[in-house]
Amino acid sequence: MMKSLKTFKIGGVHPEENKRSANAPIQILPFPKQAIIPLGQNLGAPSKPLVKRGDEVKTGQLIAGGESFIAANLHSPFTGKVSKIDNFLDSSGYRRPAIVIDVQEEDIWEDGIDTSGTIKREITADRKTIIDTIKSCGIVGLGGATFPTHVKMMVPDGKKAEYLIINGVECEPYLTSDHRLMLEKGQELLIGIQILMKALDVEKAIVGIENNKRDAINHLTELAAGFERIQIQPLKVKYPQGGEKQLIKATVNREVPSGKLPIEVGCVVSNVGTAFAVYEAVQKNKPLIERIVTVTGKAVKKPSNFKVRVGTPVQQLIDAAEGLPENTGKIINGGPMMGKAIMSTEVPVVKGTSGILLMKQEESRRKTALNCIRCSKCTSVCPMGLEPYLLLKLVKLERYEDGMKERIMDCIECGSCQFTCPSNLPLLDYLKLGKQRAGQIIRSRK
Amino acid sequence: MNQFTISGSPHIHGEESVSKIMYTVVLALLPAVLVSAYFFGLDAIRVLFIAVISCMFFEWVIQKYIIKGPITITDGSAVVAGMLLAFNVPSNLPWWILVIGALATIGIAKMSFGGLGRNPFNPALVGRVFMLISFPVQMTSWPIAKPVFAEGLTDAITGPTALGLLKEGVDAGKTIDQILADPAMPDYIDRITGNMSGSLGEMSAIALIIGGLFMIWRKVINWQVPFSIIFTVFVFAGIFHLIDPTMYIEPTFHLFAGGLMLGAIFMATDMVTSPMTISGKLVFGVGIGLITIIIRFWGAYPEGISFAILIMNAFVPLINNSFKPKRFGVKAVSK
Repeated sequence: MMKSLKTFKIGGVHPEENKRSANAPIQILPFPKQAIIPLGQNLGAPSKPLVKRGDEVKTGQLIAGGESFIAANLHSPFTGKVSKIDNFLDSSGYRRPAIVIDVQEEDIWEDGIDTSGTIKREITADRKTIIDTIKSCGIVGLGGATFPTHVKMMVPDGKKAEYLIINGVECEPYLTSDHRLMLEKGQELLIGIQILMKALDVEKAIVGIENNKRDAINHLTELAAGFERIQIQPLKVKYPQGGEKQLIKATVNREVPSGKLPIEVGCVVSNVGTAFAVYEAVQKNKPLIERIVTVTGKAVKKPSNFKVRVGTPVQQLIDAAEGLPENTGKIINGGPMMGKAIMSTEVPVVKGTSGILLMKQEESRRKTALNCIRCSKCTSVCPMGLEPYLLLKLVKLERYEDGMKERIMDCIECGSCQFTCPSNLPLLDYLKLGKQRAGQIIRSRK
Repeated sequence: MNQFTISGSPHIHGEESVSKIMYTVVLALLPAVLVSAYFFGLDAIRVLFIAVISCMFFEWVIQKYIIKGPITITDGSAVVAGMLLAFNVPSNLPWWILVIGALATIGIAKMSFGGLGRNPFNPALVGRVFMLISFPVQMTSWPIAKPVFAEGLTDAITGPTALGLLKEGVDAGKTIDQILADPAMPDYIDRITGNMSGSLGEMSAIALIIGGLFMIWRKVINWQVPFSIIFTVFVFAGIFHLIDPTMYIEPTFHLFAGGLMLGAIFMATDMVTSPMTISGKLVFGVGIGLITIIIRFWGAYPEGISFAILIMNAFVPLINNSFKPKRFGVKAVSK
């Protein structure tokens, strides 16, 4: 029964897992009094508001539209009244445009949305309808990158998708939202995968799950017996296996060429959360207005997983996990390896929020950086085969062109180098800076 | 209102640190320390003590009064440098030569380049070569190993090392069989366990290998550098032995005599002065192996590993530029 465990070849690290909330069933979070819905929740162009101050909105109603190619629709997560459209602090640390809704306690759903719990197995929609529905429902990648899903579904001419790879890896320490979703919504998830398979016209789907989630692997393997052409693939535990390129390498042993997209090797990768959202959109006509968010941390009294409406302030989640621990020094939107530190608990949950991690004061500060001792650990753990110590030096010297020759743009920002550095060097800070500058150089050439 | 720390990802650290690495090396050196204490008694402890204390002292003085920067003598790197320096000298070396050697190690080879991580050459080896050139007599009079519990003579007497006997014999036109028949030549078992004359740390190959395996297990060193040095020495010396067994001794002699194991396991693997990639490390090791044997066969000194490592240290930047890791998503390495 036990299948052999696969993994990617180059680099990787093993951070402490700390999955404290793994056994906490998904709970529904109470509504906030006021919701802040940022307009830029997806990768690409921000959405344009379609409502104005004073408008009454229903739950699931379209409130902002994606106009350009890489953009996504936004729907009201609540029933209530638009109180203002203004700039608000979001998880990026900047004040950006957002729609504020005064929330009414009772949901009044937009017409045509099926809110019943019955599972609809049969897929009646055709390819085009599926993609259109994914687009109109504002589905974006829920793994964190928030790339609009309908764009991913449009395979460029001359390319053919052979595999749909579903990311159930959740390699970030602490986070358990995907884990709980796989355990509690397995059936819906697999139907969602079949919908995506139909849209992409692929022969096979592979769900990659790391072996620290045996219960999810067993549960989905059992369920998948009732679905054709879906394979559940257990993977060795190794960070950053949830990286798109690493996951493709681990599951089908193909290497996405430098600077290219997964479709180059016949693969499309989607997160389990996204597949579930696709199920709800296509089978239930329900737009993406809620997601699963883990609230966790070493000092958190009740590490939990919540089903949260987008726009809910982080404070609400922390309260539901029995409050902000006394010695909290840092709040992270996401996991500890790639998440973003946020300034305030007023920041709202967005489509890309997979977890809220509260770190203790003593965990929050970095250790003093020392000289590089050329131990080459950063080079050996880099999953892209780069030399972070060298890139750090080049960026410090502002030699961005040389950085590009050393493939700085291949960096996936997983943070393994900085995690492992015995001299505590801020390697990823410099790599990000270098990538940004190199990106400017590349754009100015065009 | 709470003030929260804002910093870039990653927000956790793997708990690896410079001092952890350095003290792992110190632990790995302990078996060899015990062996040298067994053979040379208090003299070995005296030399180790003087070397470590003077290395730490010079680092402290330079950081406090010349650089006026943070004091880092507790990070373990000065302790490692001192221990390795002691490992490279005879146990009867006068204390003042050792102190001068420590000054060369820390002052010239390490601090003048900017301290830990910036030095291009292995500090302990610079110290050793400095002493060897400045004080050739004291640096090459080797006390004969005398286990502390053994009975017999109590006076310290000196004698040549196995490599020295080999060099003299070959230069005098003797055949290998005649050289091996010399009663002063340690037999095979003695060469492996360290029951022969030599510097503090080059005595027991077994103790050094135990330390090396420990460091590989703790991921402080990679196996590539020691392996490629040992392999190259074995093959290169082996080829000459096959061509003319009367002129060139069988290759395992070169593995267990002299400082080869010490150099291959503890000196060449120094992170700061060795290449960054796996392929680079292999090239580095092969280079050291070749130069060592060239010096041992045809050079003026009986022992060549220190010079070989220092020469290859100079090539490290070049090796780093030429040998890149396997990049993800890039087929052939095109330069």
